[in-house]
Amino acid sequence: MTTLLVAENDNGSLSGQTARALSAAQALSAEIHVLVAGRNVAAVAEQAARLAGVAKVLVADAPALIDGLAEPLADLIVSLADGYTSIVAPATTSGKNLMPRVAALLDVMQISDVMEVLDQKTFRRPIYAGNAIATVESGDPIRVITVRTASFPAAGEGGAAPIEPVTFEGASTLSAFVSAETQDADRPDLSAARVVVSGGRAFGSKEKFDELLVPLAAKLVAAIGASRAAVDAGFAANDLQVGQTGRIVAPELYIACGISGAIQHLAGIKDAKVIVAINTDPEAPIFDIADYGLVGDIFELLPELEETL
Amino acid sequence: MRRIVVCIKRVVDANVKVRVKPDGSGVDLANVKMAMNPFCEIALEEALRLREAGKAEEVVAVTVGPDEARDTLRTALAMGADRALRVDAPTDTEPLAVARILKAVVLEEDANLVFLGKQAVDDDNNQTGQMLAALLGWGQATFASKIEIGDSEATVTREVDSGLEVVRLPLPAVITADLRLNEPRYITLPSIMKAKRKPMEEKDAESYGVETEPRLKLLRVDPPAERTAGVKVGSIGELVQALKSAGAI
Repeated sequence: MTTLLVAENDNGSLSGQTARALSAAQALSAEIHVLVAGRNVAAVAEQAARLAGVAKVLVADAPALIDGLAEPLADLIVSLADGYTSIVAPATTSGKNLMPRVAALLDVMQISDVMEVLDQKTFRRPIYAGNAIATVESGDPIRVITVRTASFPAAGEGGAAPIEPVTFEGASTLSAFVSAETQDADRPDLSAARVVVSGGRAFGSKEKFDELLVPLAAKLVAAIGASRAAVDAGFAANDLQVGQTGRIVAPELYIACGISGAIQHLAGIKDAKVIVAINTDPEAPIFDIADYGLVGDIFELLPELEETL
Repeated sequence: MRRIVVCIKRVVDANVKVRVKPDGSGVDLANVKMAMNPFCEIALEEALRLREAGKAEEVVAVTVGPDEARDTLRTALAMGADRALRVDAPTDTEPLAVARILKAVVLEEDANLVFLGKQAVDDDNNQTGQMLAALLGWGQATFASKIEIGDSEATVTREVDSGLEVVRLPLPAVITADLRLNEPRYITLPSIMKAKRKPMEEKDAESYGVETEPRLKLLRVDPPAERTAGVKVGSIGELVQALKSAGAI
C-alpha cells in the first residue's frame, strides 16, 4: 500500500495545497512518496522532503516538464504508476487538468474532489455544486484521486525524506506553453485564500465595487469575489464569480457584502468556516446561513470596517 | 477545418436546487427541469461562432445518454449545430466510459477539433475532456476562456488558479470551455422549427464495443451539513469583536 502524491509547484516553490493533499494521502496509506516534477526543482524537492510523513521524494527534472503541461506530466506519472495503490493530487486547476488524463491512460475512473477518505477505496465527494454529498467506492486497482484541499488541514513539517531522481525523456509535442498572466500577484487566489470579501449588485458600479472592496481586501489579505449579479452588471470580472457556475470557495472567513444570497451563490460558499453577511435587507436569504449578520448600508459600514481592523 | 465535434450532456437545470432522496439512494430527479449543461452550451456556442467565421465547415453535436437526451440534442440543433448523434447509454454513465465512446465517435467523424464543457453541473467530475484527449493521444486545453484557431493549430487562453495561461496546440486537439469563453445565444422560434428537419442519428454504446459498467459504486447520497443562521450583530465594533473571539481574524 503506497501512495504517490503529485506535488504542485512552479519550479521555485512548493504550493501549500500539497501539504493539505498530503493529509488526505495519509488516510490512504502509511507509505507516501511525493513526486516533484519540473525544471531545476531541487529547492522544491527539499521542501517536499521536510513535510511530515513523507517516505520518499521522487524528482523528475526535465525540460519537457518545466511548464507543468498535462500531456508530458501524465506520461511521467503513468511510467511511475506500477506499485502504487493510489495516485493523489490537489484539486487545483493543475490537478484537475492533469489527473483525468492519468486515470484514462491507466484505464481507471478518477475520484474527483475528495472531501473525506472513509477507507482506502471509499470516499465522500460533493456533487451538484455541494448540494449533495456522494459516498463512492472504487473498484479499480489504482485509485486516482483529486483532493478538495479546503477539507483537509495542512500536514506539518519536521520530516527528512530521502530524495531520489527519476528519469523522464518524454517530449511535449502535443501542446506548448506560450505565456501566463498572473492577476494581482499580491492578492491571494480566490480558491486558496484564507479570507474572501465578496460584493453583490448593491455596489451599483464598478468604481464603488473597487473603491470599497479593494482596501478592505488589502487589510484582511483577502481575495475578492463577486456574486453573479455583480458580474453580470459588469462590476467585477467573470473569474471573480463565486457560486455554482463560478468558483466554489471554502475560506476560513467569507464576508458577503450587499449580496442577497441566491441559491446558486450559496452553493459556492457553504463550505466556508465563518460567513459574515452585511446587507440592507433584513429578509435577505444570505442571513439564513450567515454566522454573523449585520443589517445596514455597505457604503457606510465597509469603510468603517476597514478602519476598525 | 472540416469538422468540430461538440460533446453535450443533459443535466438538471443549473437553477434548480436538487433534493436528496430520504433513503439516501440519490437525488430526486422526478419532475425536475432538465437542460443542456451550461458549460456544454458555451462549448457549442464557440463551435458555432467558428463555423460562422468560416473557420469550420460543420458542427456535429454528440451526446451519450438516454432517450430523453434527444431534447438536449434538439436544443443543440436549434442553436445551430448541423447534425446530431445520440449514443444510447444510461444517464449515470461514468466519464471514462463516455470518453471511450466519444473517442470512437470522434475518429469515425474524422473531427479536427473537439469541444466539451469543462464539467457537468450534476456529478461535477471535470474529467471527460481530459480523458478523451488522453485516449486519443491528442493535446488538451482545459478551462478555455479564449480560443484562436489557425491553419494547423489552436491558441487557447486558459483560466487557471493564478490567473490566465496561454497554450498552443497542434490540431487535432480537445478543448474544454470555461464560463468566460462566450455568452451562448438565445434560441429563436424559427430556429426551433428548422431544427426539426435536421438529421439526428442514434446508436448504442455496444456498437462501439464500449462497456458502460460503472467502476465507482455509489454507496449513498446525503444532504450536505446544513448551515443555520447565526447571530445578528448591531455594529461594526460588535462584528469585529465577535470575529476576533471566534479566531476568524
